[in-house]
Parts: sequence; structure tokens; C-alpha cells
Amino acid sequence: MDWLQNIEWMSLIKSFVVGGLICVIGQILIDKTKLTPARILVLFVTTGAILGGLGIYQYLVDFAGAGATVPLTGFGNNLAKGAIKAVKEYGIIGAFTGGVTAAAGGISAAVFFGYIASLISKPKMKKQ
Amino acid sequence: MKPLDSKKDYQKYVEQKSPNSPIFKNCFNAFWVGGLICTIGQIIMNICKSKGFSVEISGTIVSIILIGISAFLTSLNIFNKIGKFAGAGSLIPITGFANSIVSPSMEYKSEGYIMGVGGKMFTVAGPVLVFGISTSIIIGLIYMIFNTQSITLV
Repeated sequence: MDWLQNIEWMSLIKSFVVGGLICVIGQILIDKTKLTPARILVLFVTTGAILGGLGIYQYLVDFAGAGATVPLTGFGNNLAKGAIKAVKEYGIIGAFTGGVTAAAGGISAAVFFGYIASLISKPKMKKQ
Repeated sequence: MKPLDSKKDYQKYVEQKSPNSPIFKNCFNAFWVGGLICTIGQIIMNICKSKGFSVEISGTIVSIILIGISAFLTSLNIFNKIGKFAGAGSLIPITGFANSIVSPSMEYKSEGYIMGVGGKMFTVAGPVLVFGISTSIIIGLIYMIFNTQSITLV
């Protein structure tokens, strides 16, 4: 069990609290407004990208680690950060390549695992 | 009961009768389930870092593992139960993104493997990618023009 020693417990608590709070914001939006879950996902990704572009979200990532990167705002932040980094290196073409490059792992995994998982699923599941 | 004349009265009546959702309980559940998912991510991240991966690569590994797990949990119909209980707690983390890909494509499986499964995968994930990627391009262009991120108040 030597991997247990590698865990910094403080970082776990931070990511639990910050990640939980971001989810509570989403829950309040669901309960208090008439937004559908799809719109909330879009809202969170866009917000994350804007906050990332302004450089604000990075403070949250530095503080909470996965608590800030695992929620979809982190996905948006990743896109924005990648775009800025690529613009620094390649100029205007970087604006188009950087975002997706940074998020490529997540997008590809979602497409690939999503397709496989749908194939092996049982077809009957009308009750949501 | 007196008859309801105007639309306004009717609205009021409906609001009285419909059960108000227990927002505090929902928020509490969303908090601890969402927190737990992020904590699992942090544990994976710590392990990756201790194996010598960089921060960016560790983040990508975390996303891939969480997406994989939640995709398969969705196909086994377990994720829907968690989602019903936790609400935004399982929707907002990247797990919700994976779930939003698998659930519609499962439903349209009968329409075939190309247009059914392959096409419907993006009913919810499509808008997310469209707006996320477009925003990132705009941010890149803005950065190019102003050459600074410090439009921020910082």
C-alpha cells in the first residue's frame, strides 16, 4: 500500500470542497431556473473558458487541483488555456489548433468510450 | 373553490399545488457526490504525479479515466440512478459529459449503429463542444490582438 503515502490529504479536502461547491452552483441553477441540463453544461463550459481566458480560473486550479479541473468549467478552462498557449507559439493558427489540442484526450476518450459503451448497453431503457 | 379567472390566478394556484423541490437536500446531495467525484480525480492525479507525469498529462489521464468509468456505468444503467439522486453532483463533473454522450445514443440504438448510435451521441455533447471550442478560438484571437491576459482586474 505504498501509494497511500503519496496522497496529500489536504489536497483531497480542498478538491472535495471546491468541487462540491461548483456542483451546488449547478444544482441551484437547476432548481431555481428552468434551464435544461444541456444548457447548464454549455453554460459551465463557456463560463470556464471565459474565466480561463481572463486568467482567473488558474488561481482556482492552483488551489483546488482536481476540484477545479474535473467539473466542466475545468474543461472550458483547458480549452482557453490551450488556445492562449498555442497563440504564443504559433500566432493566429494557434487560436484554432490550441483549444482542441489541449482537450484532445478528454474529447477522444468521450467519443471512443461513449461509442463502445453504447454498443454493449442493453437496448431497453425507456424509464429514465 | 372559486373559479380561476385570469391566467395569473391559475399560475398562483399551480405554484401552490405543485410540490416545491427540496432545494437544500438537493444541494447537499450534489455537494457531497460532486465533491467525491472530484476527490477521486484528485487521488488519481496524486498517483500520476508521484509516477512522474506532468500536471497537464495528469489532468488528461484523470479526465480519460473518469469519462471511461462513467460511460460504462451509464451503459449498465447505474449512472442514471446516481444522477437521479445527486442531480448536478454527477452532471457538472466531466462524468456528466460522458453520460450525456452515452444516454441518447443508447436510446437511439434501434436506428442503427451509424446514424443511431454514432449520430445521436452528440445531441447534448455537440452544443457543449460547439460553444466551448468557439469560445476558446475567440479567446485566442482576443489574446492575439491585445497580447495580454490582464484585461483581468488582477
